[in-house]
Amino acid sequence: MKPKQNSSAGVPILDAEAIRRALHRIAHEIIEGNSNLKSLVLAGIPSRGVEIARRIAAFIREIGNAEVDSGIIDVAMHRDDVGTRKELPVVHASKLPVPLEDRTVIIVDDVLYTGRTVRAAIDAINSFGRPARIQLAVLVDRGHRELPIRPDYVGKNLPTATREQIQVRLQETDKEPDGVYLEKQ
Amino acid sequence: MTNRWTRKDLLGLRELTADDINFVLETTDAFKEVGTREIKKVPALRGKTLINFFVEPSTRTRTSFELAAFRLSADVINIGATTSSLTKGETLKDTARNLEALHADIIVLRHGSAGAPQFLANRLKASVINAGDGAHEHPTQALLDLYTMRERRGKIAGLHVAIIGDILFSRVARSNIFGLLKLGARVTLVGPSTLVPREFETLGVEVSHKIEDVLPTVDVVNLLRIQHERQRREYFPGLGEYIRLFGLTKHRAKLLKPDCLVMHPGPINRGVEIDSEVADGLQSVILDQVTNGLAVRMAVLYLCGGISA
Repeated sequence: MKPKQNSSAGVPILDAEAIRRALHRIAHEIIEGNSNLKSLVLAGIPSRGVEIARRIAAFIREIGNAEVDSGIIDVAMHRDDVGTRKELPVVHASKLPVPLEDRTVIIVDDVLYTGRTVRAAIDAINSFGRPARIQLAVLVDRGHRELPIRPDYVGKNLPTATREQIQVRLQETDKEPDGVYLEKQ
Repeated sequence: MTNRWTRKDLLGLRELTADDINFVLETTDAFKEVGTREIKKVPALRGKTLINFFVEPSTRTRTSFELAAFRLSADVINIGATTSSLTKGETLKDTARNLEALHADIIVLRHGSAGAPQFLANRLKASVINAGDGAHEHPTQALLDLYTMRERRGKIAGLHVAIIGDILFSRVARSNIFGLLKLGARVTLVGPSTLVPREFETLGVEVSHKIEDVLPTVDVVNLLRIQHERQRREYFPGLGEYIRLFGLTKHRAKLLKPDCLVMHPGPINRGVEIDSEVADGLQSVILDQVTNGLAVRMAVLYLCGGISA
């Protein structure tokens, strides 16, 4: 079923129901891949990653009947391009349960692109401690990696051209109906 | 959310908007969190060079900026008053040229002359942060005071703040007045008429020469250090008389509301502007100010120094 055409965001890729199904499936895969759900920490990257992590945690609660820890991992002060851009990334306070030793941290973001944000997130997590392992869950993987980074859980693989843009809209963060759109420039 | 900060320099609070100030305070929240991590260092300013240029002596502000820069992974050089022989005008211009030649990215300047940071900022590509210029402004001190009030009381708007002491010569008072008024606080200045002249009322603050009238009504008292080094005889009633009329003694502190915050930018003259029992008491947030100062300076260095020139 094709999602309804939205005003200006571009070609619809996922509608609210498709996003719900994708996150539901990711929650299943996380439960399958991690025998000890108590060791999990979902670390969302602001701002949409935090909301996506919240939704995945809710599905894990529903399916796996387990409460997982959630946190926020801000990457702005760990980026490798500070001072080279006209506009500074806005920093947010990170919030992770500590200690992270023997925990499995799953980084959660909306779109995976070059991998540089994820590298910064790994760097940031390490300043809180040394988790047993770090995994990665994303709603959309659009390709074009510049670093050797791959996701463990993907909602939608979407090959794109570099001149295209992926727009994710979530009710809670954008005050718009859930949707993923492909925008050609 | 996009970044609302576009300034390369921080020279004073007078030229900032309420939005600017709130943005610095929000950014400070994020940097305060870094201090709670196992590893308290982030790479945000890696590869940047910061010069701490303190023509006037200072320990806590210089150390605070230095530690803030370390925690942001910047490289730091300290230049003190003894290593230069500056006054004003051409020599400061020469210094500016030298700092530029060293490829400094951020210059933190404390100087005895009002306007010296502005002078450098106008001539340099580097970011200039005012760490106190004469009796003009000390923006990071006021920002950390605002941050501490906001942290303890939730918001600044609606608070009634008394600033007590040597207002006339105080850059801390001036920066605080600008910041507090912009964020919607009510400000009362308290001190002898020689140090707190009525002219201050034109800024939009109230003036009182009787501390007992003010103490029971305020939410914050910010005590300023009596600056012996700047004091001229004719302004000052003498220490004994000052303590008797304006010191926050343990006896006077009983007049304060139970939740009133007691603040002081330091260094404290115990037994002069504040009694030890009050400085170390439950209402005192003086050490929180020091901790918050570090986070505020990280935020300011990140915002001003992180922008591409």
